[in-house]
Amino acid sequence: MGTKKKTRRTAGTVLGNNDAGDSISLQWLIHRGLGPAFVAVSLFGLLIRAAVSLHSYSGAGNPPKYGDFEAQRHWMEITLNLPPRDWYTNGTSNDLSYWGLDYPPLTAYQSYFHGLILRFFDPDSVALFTSRGYETYFGKLLMRWTVLGSDALLFFPAVLYFLYVYHYGCNSRSSCEVAWHMVMLLINPCLILIDHGHFQYNCISLGFTVGAVAAILSNRDLVGSSLFCLALNHKQMSAYYAPAFFGHLLGKCIRRRNPLLEISKLGLVVIGTFAIIWWPYLYSTDAIFGVGNKRQLISSFSCTFFFHEIFHLFLCQVVSRLAPFERGIYEDYVANFWCATSIIIKWKRLFMTQSLKLLSLVATVSTFLPSMIQQIRSPSGKGFIYSMLNTSLSFYLFSFQVHEKSILLPMLPASLMAREEPFLYKWLILFGLLSMFPLLHRDGLTPPYMALFALFFLLFHTNQGSKDLGLGIGHSSAAFQYSTTVALLCSFVLHFVYLTAIPPEKYPYLFEAMMMILCFIQFSLLAIYCNWRQWKLSEDLTRSWKEKKLL
Amino acid sequence: MRELWWYIGVVTCLKLLLIPAYHSTDFEVHRNWLALTRSLPLCQWYSDETSPWTLDYPPFFAFFERFLSFFASLVDPKIVHLHEGLNCKSPTAIYFQRLTVIASDSCLFYAIHRLARNFGPIRRNLLWILVAWSPMLVIVDHIHFQYNGFLLGLLLLSISFLMEGRDLAGGFIFAVLLCFKHLFAVAAPVYFVYLLRHYCWGRGLLKGFFRLSVMGITVISVFAAAYGPFAYHGQIQQVLLRMFPFGRGLSHSYWAPNIWVFYIILDKMLVFMLRKLGFSFNPPISSFTGGLVGDVSSFSVLPKITPLTTFIIVLIALSPSLINVWSKPQPKSFSRWVAFAYTCGFLFGWHVHEKASLHFVIPLTVLAVQNLEDAMHYFLLSIVSCYSLFPLLFERQEYPIKVLLLLLHSLLMWLGFSYLYRKTELCEATVAANKLGGPHKASSSGEFKICSMTRIYLFGLVIIELYGQFLHPYLLGNDLPFLPLMMISTYCALGMTYSWIWQLRQIIRL
Repeated sequence: MGTKKKTRRTAGTVLGNNDAGDSISLQWLIHRGLGPAFVAVSLFGLLIRAAVSLHSYSGAGNPPKYGDFEAQRHWMEITLNLPPRDWYTNGTSNDLSYWGLDYPPLTAYQSYFHGLILRFFDPDSVALFTSRGYETYFGKLLMRWTVLGSDALLFFPAVLYFLYVYHYGCNSRSSCEVAWHMVMLLINPCLILIDHGHFQYNCISLGFTVGAVAAILSNRDLVGSSLFCLALNHKQMSAYYAPAFFGHLLGKCIRRRNPLLEISKLGLVVIGTFAIIWWPYLYSTDAIFGVGNKRQLISSFSCTFFFHEIFHLFLCQVVSRLAPFERGIYEDYVANFWCATSIIIKWKRLFMTQSLKLLSLVATVSTFLPSMIQQIRSPSGKGFIYSMLNTSLSFYLFSFQVHEKSILLPMLPASLMAREEPFLYKWLILFGLLSMFPLLHRDGLTPPYMALFALFFLLFHTNQGSKDLGLGIGHSSAAFQYSTTVALLCSFVLHFVYLTAIPPEKYPYLFEAMMMILCFIQFSLLAIYCNWRQWKLSEDLTRSWKEKKLL
Repeated sequence: MRELWWYIGVVTCLKLLLIPAYHSTDFEVHRNWLALTRSLPLCQWYSDETSPWTLDYPPFFAFFERFLSFFASLVDPKIVHLHEGLNCKSPTAIYFQRLTVIASDSCLFYAIHRLARNFGPIRRNLLWILVAWSPMLVIVDHIHFQYNGFLLGLLLLSISFLMEGRDLAGGFIFAVLLCFKHLFAVAAPVYFVYLLRHYCWGRGLLKGFFRLSVMGITVISVFAAAYGPFAYHGQIQQVLLRMFPFGRGLSHSYWAPNIWVFYIILDKMLVFMLRKLGFSFNPPISSFTGGLVGDVSSFSVLPKITPLTTFIIVLIALSPSLINVWSKPQPKSFSRWVAFAYTCGFLFGWHVHEKASLHFVIPLTVLAVQNLEDAMHYFLLSIVSCYSLFPLLFERQEYPIKVLLLLLHSLLMWLGFSYLYRKTELCEATVAANKLGGPHKASSSGEFKICSMTRIYLFGLVIIELYGQFLHPYLLGNDLPFLPLMMISTYCALGMTYSWIWQLRQIIRL
């Protein structure tokens, strides 16, 4: 007994000096600087991704059309075996009705590049025609590894660049907070589940976007806009951010000494980037004037591609593949305005597709306009990220043909400012996850969904996270606490009910609809809150200017 | 405590994600044990031969499987069906068995909570991270499939009782552990000598005898509880026959990185040289690389090794620690002796499995967070022994996972140790070492660094891995498929031997 007491005491005196209090901070992780910490977090992020990729993917073993996995593999097959000008056209060897390529050329190039890798290791997996529905152990593995590789080579460095720009020179922020932010950026459960579970390459376009944001925040506007063009050319959904980029860059340019010159420089960079990417299609006159209805395209795209309008002439053929207007205003149960209100107003029955298009266009533009105008009037780094969140949320909520997966786009700017708005980020992730739950459940991804849900909760609430950052800024009133608890409880109950109960025969999609409505309410509240925050930002700015003037 | 929950939560999420990963035949072994303990009466457990994977663990483990089989039968009766369940790989079976492993790890978590509660915050957290996030446990238990976390939890629990001076409880738990898995018996001599010396000796004849009989009764009653039912049915001989299958070869199909690797290689080299000189040999009956478990060891030139030889060598190897235990029975060094005993068993034992390196790496963690020199040794040892587990997961799918696990572990270990043993702590560490009166005068620099020999050795590890993964298939194609494995075990055996010598030196200096 004597030795026991003694060891205890000595241990206490030795160690008591080192750490104040009983709680651990992330200090041990970052005492060698943020570099090793970033490597550690990246390794953990990759480990989680690799573990998720063990699970099923969309359309696994489900002929004849399979799912997104087969789509991506098919694109590799097409791009590898056909010349670029045939990639988007229907032909004897390219049946567009079977997962025709419907993303911009950068996706096609990426498919080509990944196809080369697949062909090197497993030629059968990308053989023309014969490889349809190719689902071998090794084939699946190679496909998974291409996503893992793109993530590690594109998204991770982009995040590192962003963190460097965002936190550089802010001495007020401790390294622990930066490490926490790092974890939040790299371990985004929705992104991991969609890319490495469901199977997509969102990490590429989102990685380009993060790089673009970082470049713009460090005042390298030309690099930033060029990177954003790459993002746009990988997934046209990146256009959700276009108004924010447009507003911010325009606002910055008109404050410079020579606005016209600055704008034309930006324009040239954008045109140049687009021209390089679209090079194979600029030659073929067939592709430009042959197929498609030009006016329809311009009307639909002018809302998104403000300063890319010049390209609409060239888009015809490819763009008619990119904009799936024939599919109707919404699909499945996506938590946006049209789908949520369709319970009361039967939009599809009341209006023609043409007028619905116009309606959604007007709704989208009018909701993102305030945020864009704020950026033109007083561009700021912080406001820019808010604006990205606002515009992408308004696209998600109001635009035509939105997919559940598009919630990833508002999630990115929310994760970029997770340090300032931790509650916002947490809320968006929790309900974003819920809104994708039916989709992921269909893919057989319920176990990784639950594991990542729990993991996110744990990582968000590291001691550092909950203690120093606080939950929500200025929201700690009892009513707020109460309502958030109720919403969370609803979410858990819905998960449980969806997994266990059988819906009534009359309403087979009852639970999906309930989830969708709950998520829609949360998303629209978040959108209102964010718009308010963004406008308040400029009020604060003008007030400080006035004070300066008075002084 | 809150942090421990956090670590457990994070690693449990990872384990849940790893459920669909590759699992070895051990999965079917344990499923079969679930089935036979459920469907057969106790007297047939050790004689059943429905499946080739017969029950060869001691009775408590069989009872444990019986306990689990109750839940298995609720989940899916097919899992526990003796005949229909054979090779049952339904998702329910996989999820059920994986979840039992995850749940049984709570024993390990309780043990490290007990062990760490007397430490300061940094040391405590580091111990939690190193054990709860141990990549070796994840690889062996949660991918390969076994219940080592639970068993090591019992071992650590016993060590923690002994370190607190509660000898009876420690001895009791070790006896229980032996009735779960008899491979842990290598440390029994250490336990025996320690308990005799520390618990019974030097307290007067009467009290000493009383204590000896209390301890004896405790241990015997544990064994009686385990083996009693089988003795009642006259099954004892059958049980022992199953538990000690000496028909197996000296080495496992994949050579565990121990001293016998050098012995086999020396034999092959001698054969090669003598052939060159003109002698002729009858080729051995079976080669070591054949991959069959039933191989009987046979050498062409060197003398044959029998189980008894290995047994004697192990006893001789661990005798320095026994002398040490007798002369200085200090509770704080107990985990060092236990780890040393398991190292001896690993290095010189009969039919050793590479997974057995867990038995000494995990107890050594307790020392590594207390002592700079141990930390530097542990850094090398845990990387080497984790790397030696790589051939267990031979499928491509798990390749990135095992590599990432090892890299992450090495990085966290480096960050943790270099934070714990900082320069600023120099004076405090010296004070502490003096206070504890230990022989480790706070080592010269007081700062954690990786010495150049370790660096060179680890660099060699990287080269071996690169050769085995990329260069070998490129140069030789499918020829000599065992060469990379042989290189791994030989190279790791070097590190293991170094670790043994290092530990021996520490014990002699103690």
